[in-house]
Amino acid sequence: MKNVLTAVKLFLVLGVATGLVYPLVVWGGARLFFRGKAEGSIVTVSGRPVGSALVGQAFSGPGYFHPRPSATGYGTMPSGGSDLSPASAALRAAEARRAAAGDGDSPDMLCASASGLDPDISPEAALAQAGRVARARGASKVDIISLVKAFIEPRQFGFLGEPRANVLLLNLELDRKYPYAGK
Amino acid sequence: MNVYDTLQVLIYAAALAALARPLGNWLASALQNDSPLQARVFGPLERLIWRACGINPGVQMNWKTYSWALLAFNAAGFVLLFAQQLFQHRLPLNPNGDGPVGFWLAFNTAASFMTNTNWQAYAGETTMSYLTQMLGLAVHNFTSAATGIAVMAAMTRGLAGGKAAQLGNFWGDVTRTTTRVLLPLSLVLAFALVGQGVVQTFGPNVRVKTLEGAGQVIPLGPVASQEAIKQLGSNGGGFFNANSAHPLENPTPLSNFLEMLAILLLPAACVFAYGKMGAGARQARALFAVMFLVWAAGLAGALYSEYGSAAASGGTALMEGKETRFGVANSVLWAVSTTAASNGSVNAMQSSLSPAAGGIAMFNMMLGEVIFGGVGSGMYGMLLFVLLTVFLCGLMVGRTPEYLGKKVEKREMQMALTGILAPSAMLLLGAALSCAVPAALASLSAKGPHGFSELLYAWASAANNNGSAFAGLNANVPFYNIGLGLAMITARFMVIVPCLAIAGSMGAKQPSPPSAGTLPTDTATFGALLTGVIVIVGGLTFFPALTLGPLAEQLLMFKGGAF
Repeated sequence: MKNVLTAVKLFLVLGVATGLVYPLVVWGGARLFFRGKAEGSIVTVSGRPVGSALVGQAFSGPGYFHPRPSATGYGTMPSGGSDLSPASAALRAAEARRAAAGDGDSPDMLCASASGLDPDISPEAALAQAGRVARARGASKVDIISLVKAFIEPRQFGFLGEPRANVLLLNLELDRKYPYAGK
Repeated sequence: MNVYDTLQVLIYAAALAALARPLGNWLASALQNDSPLQARVFGPLERLIWRACGINPGVQMNWKTYSWALLAFNAAGFVLLFAQQLFQHRLPLNPNGDGPVGFWLAFNTAASFMTNTNWQAYAGETTMSYLTQMLGLAVHNFTSAATGIAVMAAMTRGLAGGKAAQLGNFWGDVTRTTTRVLLPLSLVLAFALVGQGVVQTFGPNVRVKTLEGAGQVIPLGPVASQEAIKQLGSNGGGFFNANSAHPLENPTPLSNFLEMLAILLLPAACVFAYGKMGAGARQARALFAVMFLVWAAGLAGALYSEYGSAAASGGTALMEGKETRFGVANSVLWAVSTTAASNGSVNAMQSSLSPAAGGIAMFNMMLGEVIFGGVGSGMYGMLLFVLLTVFLCGLMVGRTPEYLGKKVEKREMQMALTGILAPSAMLLLGAALSCAVPAALASLSAKGPHGFSELLYAWASAANNNGSAFAGLNANVPFYNIGLGLAMITARFMVIVPCLAIAGSMGAKQPSPPSAGTLPTDTATFGALLTGVIVIVGGLTFFPALTLGPLAEQLLMFKGGAF
């Protein structure tokens, strides 16, 4: 019985230390040094939040670079993947459909991401869309390609992860440099 | 695989091997309280905690007292977490207005986090309030990890101590593990993660209007603090549904590397702590080598399967369920590490791995989570296999088996086999039951062998306290909430209590000096025997089930068949 009381007390005390003090310390430090990142890396256009630099969003217009397929349609509540097996007929059908969509046939554009919110596409996928974007915006393909190349993030420190392009940031730059008349 | 893939795998393995020993020494010092530096830095806080709770950490406990203290501590946490979920709508820090968690889901989640499993039949961003996440789930991430390390410490003292070895004090072990190891490591990792973009805020979710004019909710919360201990404590329960695939939980290749390193860091350190606490550096090295080689073999197999399957299906890399920033190699490396350790977090969807790679993930769990395994629990689980191997070798040569100079007798073998067989039995019986109950089959999202894999994976995960899933399975139904909840509790404590019983009985024995007939347990020969026992026990028990699921599916895939 004494054990039970001690157990409850110790659990509560450790709970306060690890469940209140610790996250508050991290929060305080984060607020001090990385405030924008700690609050979701929100991107604003003329003061209005238009998304998070880290969270993918849906684009379907021809004048925008398109993101990867998403099992949640870029809904965030909740996030998630398709959980389809690579051997499943459903995935093969989806891949065939996506290949016909005209966003190129790099693996990332044929396959839905794990989170449903992948903010990035591969450099190949971005370059494959450059012609369509250029036509829709009345810009030269060469200009769009050089824009894409400027937005390709290399592997972190030269070796970690994969090279990629952030779709939202790329599209924001498009809107800035090549304003888009049509929706 | 290109040169970058290979390089990243090698750097990961090297970082793990380099950091495990110093951290293990630090952990051993914390548990033995023999470092003046640690005592000076952490002593005042610990004394404050113990005074508040009326604890004297110098009191030695026997194995029964230690077990009761552990069970009471875990039961207290279980009740608190259960209640907190049911009443979260009346508690503060719920800016997104989450309602109460359903009764059986709350039961399942409380069982899951108490047992260090972190099986999640819910989506965090739509179910749990900020307070439930940080003052409920994340607290268990600390306490369940500390519980595992405490059991490892007591077992080490029993096996490696002299006659009438003292097992230590549960309250002291749990507190020192938390203050000296888990909290400092978590603080460092949490800040590093925020620097990469992991969120840490108490403000409500942000609603944005996207460039094309649609609405989108950016989910927020105190994520970084929870993410750090989730990875370090072999917990694995994501703040968000997509776990470490979610860009706000794991935004960059660097955050991915750190989170992935954290999966195996403490479990590997535990092996060296075991050596430092009395078993000897040579014993630790041998066990580390066994774990490392089995992990590496699994990784090699999974990578081969992933790239080979892509080549077989027309050369398109298997990117379904994977993130662009991580690519295939980092996703497979994570999948193998998270199932070798009992972490269970994911940065890619396990269900969309090539079938054989998914099968290797399952096999890792089925081995009993001893290939590094959970923090503390991987080491004490491995010791059960060591005792079994020593015993089998003793039978072969006709001598009384000994480990670390102490005789291994009937009682220890009964306890070791209980600890090895209980999770296996839960797994197979649960999976069999799921195949027979219509309510369980209704939760499957796939047909054919992949559907079977979904339910087999669920039971392998719960019965070995891993927590990852083939997430196509709809687990939030009473059958799985109750069944998997019971499996998690049984698997956790039916291993812990036998381990403590072994600590008690071995601790009372007089060690004898090694003789010419003693089987050395720090040699390559013993390592090979131990590997054989682990793989054969796992193989014989689960090979038939794996044949029906991932193996059948992989063969179908190579034949070009889809279903």
